Amino acid sequence: MTAVLEPLREDVPRELERVFTPADKAFRRSATGIGLTVLVLTAAIGLFLGYQAIPTLHRYGLSFFTQSQWLPQQDIIGLAAVLVGTVEVALVALVVGFPLALMTALYISEYAPAAIKGWLVAAVDLMAAVPSIIYGLWGFFFLQPQAIHVSRWLAQNLGWIPIFHVDTDANSASWAQTKFTASAFIAGLAVSMMVIPLACAVMRSVFAQAPLGEREAALALGSTRWGMIRTVVLPFGQGGIIGGTMLALGRALGETVAVLLIISPAFDIKPNILEVGTETTSALIAGLFGEASKAQLSALLTAGFVLFCLTLVVNTVAAVFVNRSRSGASTEI
Amino acid sequence: MTSIEVRESAIALPEPESDAVGLEAVDVSAWFGTNKVLERVNLSMPPRTVTALIGPSGCGKSTFLRILNRMHESVPTARMAGEVRLNGEDIYDSSARITAMRKRIGMVFQKPNPFPAMSIAENVTAGLKLTGTKVSRSERADLIERCLVRGGLWNEVKDRLDEPGQGLSGGQQQRLCIARALAVNPDVLLMDEPCSALDPTSTRRVEETIAELAPDVTIVIVTHNMQQAARVSQQCAFFLAEMGTPGGIVEAGTTKQVFEAPHDPRTADYVNGRFG
Amino acid sequence: MMAADLDLPRTITTRSFDDRASWMTSMAGAVGVVWLLFQLSGWSGKLGFTVVWFITYVVLYAIITKVGNPWPAVVDRLAAAAVAGGAAVVGLALATTVIYTVQKGWPAFSHVGNFLSESAAGVRPTAPLYEGGILHAITGTAIEVGIALLLSLPLGLGTAVYMTEVGGRAARTVRTVVEAMTALPDVLAGLFTYATLILVLHLDRTGFVAAVALAVTMTPIVARSAEVALRVVPGGLREASLALGASQVATVFRVVLPTARAGLATSLILGIARISGETAPLLIVSGASTYQNLDPFSEPMNSLPLYIFAAVRSGQPNFIARGFGAATVLLLLVTILFALARYLARPKKGSR
Repeated sequence: MTAVLEPLREDVPRELERVFTPADKAFRRSATGIGLTVLVLTAAIGLFLGYQAIPTLHRYGLSFFTQSQWLPQQDIIGLAAVLVGTVEVALVALVVGFPLALMTALYISEYAPAAIKGWLVAAVDLMAAVPSIIYGLWGFFFLQPQAIHVSRWLAQNLGWIPIFHVDTDANSASWAQTKFTASAFIAGLAVSMMVIPLACAVMRSVFAQAPLGEREAALALGSTRWGMIRTVVLPFGQGGIIGGTMLALGRALGETVAVLLIISPAFDIKPNILEVGTETTSALIAGLFGEASKAQLSALLTAGFVLFCLTLVVNTVAAVFVNRSRSGASTEI
Repeated sequence: MTSIEVRESAIALPEPESDAVGLEAVDVSAWFGTNKVLERVNLSMPPRTVTALIGPSGCGKSTFLRILNRMHESVPTARMAGEVRLNGEDIYDSSARITAMRKRIGMVFQKPNPFPAMSIAENVTAGLKLTGTKVSRSERADLIERCLVRGGLWNEVKDRLDEPGQGLSGGQQQRLCIARALAVNPDVLLMDEPCSALDPTSTRRVEETIAELAPDVTIVIVTHNMQQAARVSQQCAFFLAEMGTPGGIVEAGTTKQVFEAPHDPRTADYVNGRFG
Repeated sequence: MMAADLDLPRTITTRSFDDRASWMTSMAGAVGVVWLLFQLSGWSGKLGFTVVWFITYVVLYAIITKVGNPWPAVVDRLAAAAVAGGAAVVGLALATTVIYTVQKGWPAFSHVGNFLSESAAGVRPTAPLYEGGILHAITGTAIEVGIALLLSLPLGLGTAVYMTEVGGRAARTVRTVVEAMTALPDVLAGLFTYATLILVLHLDRTGFVAAVALAVTMTPIVARSAEVALRVVPGGLREASLALGASQVATVFRVVLPTARAGLATSLILGIARISGETAPLLIVSGASTYQNLDPFSEPMNSLPLYIFAAVRSGQPNFIARGFGAATVLLLLVTILFALARYLARPKKGSR
């Protein structure tokens, strides 16, 4: 007969303490210290900008957001036109950039021959690494002279749509070229160069994760390549497509130099993206801080804070979309 | 000596009919890069028969199956030689249209892969949508029911046809994939170890489905499970790859003959469980 | 049976003769049609020609395919044409950017003797291209980026180590905040630095202040990409080290960091490449100078992006040419750093 052991105790878990060596304690403390320092510093930046908004909003109130003119001498300043311009440039960049990024991502992931795929991925990454000032140069010196012809064609043929309308006679043989330069449209084209690689990289990494089993199932049913893409790859990559686009939007909203080089500042709220003159928040800040008085500087900081909030919201939404999707967990944005 | 029970229904080969479509592999070899994995495989898969491809793992059975519907070449370094004739015509000919061929030769995979973005009903008709085959609305409901009945899934899902395909159990998903493959009305159905990821009950259900399909569709099934081969097939081909050499068919014949009176000693060893 | 048949692989194509023929016919046919169209209608412009050609090519391709092919085949071909077209546009845009910059920068850049070795001290912007150079801008960028690196690397890497190795609830807050700060537009980093260091602390616009502005932008980026590189190190390695009796600090420094070495180096180099091209913060906190200045704590310091910006806006042809020359140098710098990062990140032979 087997002996029965008396139980020592009740069957509850023991409390165990995690013990660290002194070296580990020091390491953990310093790492935590650095982490919290960075936390404090970065939060301070956000808070500082927000704090600066107080005197401005105090002084101008809600009219800060509804006033479109920026005439510091007469104490009339407002962000309305600037915000509209920011959104217009960003939207042009997205409308042009999103389909191009999607097509490039699909091409690299689904159509490109295996031999050059690596090079294409490198090319897209290089495109992302090129400084924005160089795209600004390209946009101003190379693209603009040719793009104004496109603007003119749009104004001629679709000018009845408000956004394509330009206040000049586009049909005349000696049409006013200067009316089409320095517009939100051209700035948007230059900005699209910066957002395309960003969105493309996210989309491509998501498409690459589409499950092989489903792809094969579609092909085995007799589907064409595009049928397979439409049924398997695109639904799977939804989160990445939306997330990548939102990320691109965030970047487009904050772009400074390329816009600064191309546009000619104008403070009107107008839908005419093809027409000369517009202004974006970041271009406003970069352009005007030099002559800004204390109060105007505060106003610029407020404008900067508004821009920061905008990009923050957009980036957060982007992250949510990517994480929630099927492909989320292993995609980095 | 343990012997495998061979069912009576598995013995008789059906009479060939004039409009039935068979598959023939002629001198098929396969490579991955410079590594040769199949050596001159010749096999005739007669119409309305279930042909089982048996053998230990790694001897090229799945590769051979994937050559039969041109899925093999989607792997970057994959190459093949020889011909695969569907009703006498080589499917690898340069004038052949792959998408049309795949409507006639369907495939069910080892891991069930219903489309998650579609409901059960949409999954069934996915093949029609993907190949642009038009089906009228009234015919559609009939078709879905017919295919789910043939796939052995109708009773379990008839009340929830609009729910997503992923909510089903593994065995149900596999039967959905079978129904999906049947919807395009293939002449041949290739099955790559369809039950290896399933529990015994689901396996039994799928095997019943295969038996019910056999009179209408030519079936080629790869299986690791000898007992399953004995249960469902009328014809067997035994694949083997000795160490370092490409795989190939050692012996092929009626199931009864391969299991009860094999010609080759290696076949006898395998079917009696001495290796594999 | 012909046993003597050579057992060789077949060449299999998924594109039939029909595919190739219809594609080439459409392309060529479209050229002809559009040329005729342009002759008759008086439209002009290379850009317009290309756009109309592409549209015509796609339409022709669709029509030719429809004859004798089912509808999904037509859609498939159109989709392939559209996707390839989109990718080609992007590729073309990138190519023209690089080529145009180098082309316009060549006149200045080719004077290698003086362009890269002299500063612009005493040289008028309108002076011919064999006088003066951008050495001051190059050294300025090097010093400013170097200081920014010294500031942001320990902070960024330390934060990344904190987030992955120590973890905990506070670490999650840190990660959220750091991720939020990567959304900060670079111009705001400049504005923030200006408002605090220059206005509040009354520092001058020196190279150091510019470097701080760059570091503000760079730290969250370095922290984030370093965290990714560290997270990729399999947990099993850490467990194996601890199971051998190593302390956490030894595990981090002897196992985790060396394993993540390639990924960390890549993220660092890409960070450097990104920062070198940052213009917006420099516009705000940096003063342009024309002479060589190696002291970051006194007197303004010029840098490549700042120089380019001033040059191309000046309206003077020689100065613009110099600006493009500087842009070429910047492009070269970024490309070299990028190639270096990719080289370091390549999968090693024989590694898992």
